[in-house]
Order: sequence, then C-alpha cells, then structure tokens
Amino acid sequence: MSGTTKNPPGKKKATNTKPKTFKFSPENTASIPDILDLYPAGRQESAVMPLLTLAQRQIGGWLTRAAMDRVAEILGMAPIRVYEVATFYSMYNHAPVGKNHIQICTTTPCWLRGSDEVVASCHKILGIGLGETSEDGEFTLGEVECLGACVNAPMLKINDDYFEDLDPARVEAILTLLKRGDKPRHGAAPASGPTTLLEVPARGPGSGRGKS
Amino acid sequence: MLHDADRIFTNLYGLSDWRLRGARKRGDWDGTKAILEKGRDWIVEEIKESGLRGRGGAGFPAGMKWSFMPKESDGRPHYLVVNADEGEPGTCKDREIIRHDPHKLLEGALLAGFAMGANTAYIYIRGEFHAEAQRLQVAIDEARKAGLIGGNACKSGWDFEIYLHHGAGAYVCGEETALLESLEGNKGQPRMKPPFPANAGLYGCPTTVTNVETVAVAPEILRRGADWFASLGRPKNTGTKLFCISGHVNLPCTVEEEMGVPLRELIEKHAGGVRGGWDNLMAVIPGGCSTPLIPKSVCDNVLMDFDSLREVQSGLGTAAVIVMDKSTDIVRAIARFSKFYKHESCGQCTPCREGTGWLWRMMEKLVEGDARIEDIDMIEEVTRQIEGHTICALGDAAAWPIQGLIRHFRPELERRIGIHDLTITAPAGGYDEDIPEDISEAV
Repeated sequence: MSGTTKNPPGKKKATNTKPKTFKFSPENTASIPDILDLYPAGRQESAVMPLLTLAQRQIGGWLTRAAMDRVAEILGMAPIRVYEVATFYSMYNHAPVGKNHIQICTTTPCWLRGSDEVVASCHKILGIGLGETSEDGEFTLGEVECLGACVNAPMLKINDDYFEDLDPARVEAILTLLKRGDKPRHGAAPASGPTTLLEVPARGPGSGRGKS
Repeated sequence: MLHDADRIFTNLYGLSDWRLRGARKRGDWDGTKAILEKGRDWIVEEIKESGLRGRGGAGFPAGMKWSFMPKESDGRPHYLVVNADEGEPGTCKDREIIRHDPHKLLEGALLAGFAMGANTAYIYIRGEFHAEAQRLQVAIDEARKAGLIGGNACKSGWDFEIYLHHGAGAYVCGEETALLESLEGNKGQPRMKPPFPANAGLYGCPTTVTNVETVAVAPEILRRGADWFASLGRPKNTGTKLFCISGHVNLPCTVEEEMGVPLRELIEKHAGGVRGGWDNLMAVIPGGCSTPLIPKSVCDNVLMDFDSLREVQSGLGTAAVIVMDKSTDIVRAIARFSKFYKHESCGQCTPCREGTGWLWRMMEKLVEGDARIEDIDMIEEVTRQIEGHTICALGDAAAWPIQGLIRHFRPELERRIGIHDLTITAPAGGYDEDIPEDISEAV
C-alpha cells in the first residue's frame, strides 16, 4: 500500500525517528482503557488501529517510531507487528504533514467530473504539487483513492472534513479562507433537490406493519 | 416507478431528524420486541422468503448466509460483523444510511445478530468516514441509553452490544476475511476459505459479515412481511435498492428504486438525464468499478438487477452507476481503475500483486496508443491469468473492467495504436537505406 504522503521515491532516509520519545497525553491515556474494553479479554491486539489513530492525532497527523513502539508496549505486541499494521493502511502517515492535509480524490467518478481541475486549482493557489508540503508547514497536498462521496464529485478531504461538489471557484474560496486562518464550511452543495420522498408517507409507529 | 410508501430509507436525504426521536417517528424500533419473540428461525425464514440478496456486491442470498451460523453454540461466542468499509469507486450508499438513518442499521444489527445467536456486533466503518462514524456512535449511545441495545435489549431477554471499529484506509478490507484480519489487529490480508467465517471467523468464532444496506433493510422486511418485499422487483431479484448515479449526468444522486428498474429510466427520472441527452451516452459502469462497462447499445434496454446485468456480461455489484458521455476518454477512465487496483492490492497473492501493476502500466500505454495490436490480446490473456487465481476477488475485480473495455471498445484501442504508429518520428540514424524515399513506389 503506497500512501499519498509517504516518503518521496528515492529518499531513503527515515523521517520518523525524531522525536525519540512519545507519551500519550493524560487525556488520551485516560481513554485507552475504554478503547481496550471494546474487544474481548485477551484480544487487545484489536486495539492497535484505534491506538495508532489516537497517537497520530496527538502528534499532529503522523506517526513517529516512538509512538508505534509505545502502542506495541501497551498492547504487548512485537514492535514489528505494529509497524506492519501502520505501514499497511494508507491513513497512517510516516512523515510530517501540513496543518491542513488536503487529499484530492482522483479516482474515475471524481475524474469524470473534473478532479484534474481541482488538482490544478490547488496547485495554482498553494504553489505545491501532489505529495508536497508547503514550506510554512501549513499545507500538504495529496492524491487519494475513492472516498465514497461519488454523487457529490469532485471532492477533496481536508483533515477530517469532506468538501464536495467542487469547481475551481469553490476550491479557490475554500483555500483562500484556510490561508487566512478561517474555517471554510464543509459538506455538499448539490445542484438539485430530491426526486423522491416528496410526499413522505405517515409511517409512525404501528403503521408500518402489513402490506402498504 | 417505486411509490414513496414502499421506500425503506425515508430519510435518505437527511432532511429530517436522524436521531432516535426522528427515527422512531419514521417507524424504526417499532415492535422490535415482538419480532424478536417470533424467534430466530422465523427471522431467518422470513429473510429467505423475502428473496433479499446481499447488497455488498456479490448478491448472495442473505437468509441463506444467516442460516449458516451454528444453531447451538459450542461455547464459542457468535459475532455479527457489519461491513461499513464502503470503498468501491462509485459507491456512496452506506454513507447515506449511516449518517441519515443510523437507527435502521442498529435495529437491523440487533435482529440479524439475534437470528445468528450473536450477542456482539462490530461495525467496521472506513476510517475516512469520520463525521459519519461520530454520528453512528451517538446513535449507538442513545440506543443503549434507551434500552434498545445492551443488556436485555428491547426487554427481549437478549443481550446485544454493538461496537464501532474504525478502519484506516484499505479498500481490500471490504473483503470479509480481510476485514476480520484487520479487526483482529493485523494487516488486512484476506484469508483462505475454507474455513468460512460462519465456522471460524472473528477470533476463530462463528461470524457473519454482512453489508450495511442488507442489515438496514431487514427490520422493514420483518415488519411489513416477506411478501411485501418479494412483491417488488423481479423473481430472484426482489425488493428495493439504493442506486448511486455519478459521472456525466445532469444531477448526480443516490436514490432508492425498485430492483429491475430500467437503467435509462433510472438515469432520466432521478439524475436529470445524461449530460447532452441520451444519445450523447457512451457507456455505463453499472455496479461500481469492479463491474465491466456496458456500451450505450446495451444501456438502452438493460434492467438494473443481478441477473439482467449478468446476462450482458456485467453485474449489479453495489449498484453504483457511473455514467460516461461521448466526451469521455474511455481508455483513460478504465486505466484509472487499474491504478486504483494497483494501489489497493494487498500484495499477498503474486498474480494480483504483480498483475495489477503490469496491467496499469499496459493500460497507460494503451491510453497513448503506445502498444502493438497484439498487445490487446496479450492484456486480455493476462487478465484471465489473474482472474480466479487469487485468494480474494480483488484480482478478479482488477481484471473485469479491462475485459469489458476490450470486449466493447477494441476498435478504439486499435485506432489509438494506429494513430500512434503513424506519428512515430524517424529514428535518429534515419531508416535503413533500402526503404525507398517515395513509399508509393514500393506499393
């Protein structure tokens, strides 16, 4: 699995060895027992993904070696088993990412509706290409595979938020707000209303039984 | 056209309250206890009789799948695992259920879990669905607080817990055994079958993995009766279905329609028609990127259900309809899928790991026409070598879109190769001297 924000090809030097130590914050430490409780006794390895996610959020969008080692220690797993998981899934990053991690979906449904233009707009406004991070550390631009919002294509994701039904003007507006430090409104902006459920039937308790 | 009264997902567009109070107004969690009291065999029989086929892509009869679970526990717990790792390009239906009708999913999980003798369900949601997962967690918490799930769920005497597990970005985890591996804390690499999950699934215990939509329609089927569901659609292709219509249509949307709705009607009624009119249609991918495309001549009359689409050498898949008009670079559209599969191959089986990368490189060459005519047959041959030779269906899924392209658009591939050949510039040292300057003399 080659993620979108992994080390650029040809660059072999590990980027995840510093800082050398990692500690979960007191708040996150307090939440760990609750996470472990989701799984049966003796199956705490199931919590490896939630804990890696927790660590990644605490660090600011990527995982250090020390964080993976700490997760291994908590779960009693061999560190290599945690590295295996952390490098398999594309949402775990192994090098620092910008404060705004922008991932543009370029899979066919988005491509058919203009994801190339979305990429070009981001490139023009941010001055960085796919797989690059701006010098001020504010923006990382990446390409991502289908994010499951295909009827609102093209779309991109910034950190946790989906921005859908894009065109170059909307991309520009979003990025301009972000550059100013504002928070743009995320979500969809479909061109039309629904074609069904125009008369939602009264289907309260009891009315659903039997043939309609 | 399906009547609103027969639609299951009455909050599909999120226009009303998604929380428990709103869900109850729409009829969710109504008489759940009475359904549970009819017993697990009754539930399984009813689902069988409704003709419900799995909505995750393969279309396996749901009631039969549920019945594979052992009738008596041998001491091992049973698990229900709901597959919410929606990632098939073109597909965005489970997302709508999770964020707008989460209680349908939870009620369905209780009923399905009970029918399988499971006291625990895990919902594996893709990691990118952050907002959706938060909403689902709120729904789980309020259902537990209301006594609908948890100990003595709905006062039925059955204990049932639902836990949410977040994925982290791997398409292959939508494959059921890869999903179980991932849930156990491993890389998401599919397992060999047998043993099937119903015998040895999560933590080696009897497990059924089933799609969000399949689970979410179950309560309505059990409330209204199998006859009602079976009366919709066509034999063996019954009920309603969520269709996601994307690509070159005027108004892309997700809509619930009757199974077997004509493709043309679906697009024209709900998606505002093909951009530039029906005659501007080039091809449609009818069921997500794994299903082979069908050209306009097939689209004119085809019905949207499992068996109709199989007859035209494609499939219903997840019912994600990707529409491409005549402006589409069809070869590039399919080549992009090849890149997707190369990215998402888990690397376990050689034919898929090596094959997906090779196919992608060859497809990129075909986009430019930088290939030989014979290469088309060679690519077709290689897809046959991948298909059926891997542990999971990802290898098949990588092969099928390319087979569809070659089947229906071979002249376009040949045209590109022809143009590319004509535009080749002379080699640096010039041609051999025995080639006459005026080619017409030689002919």
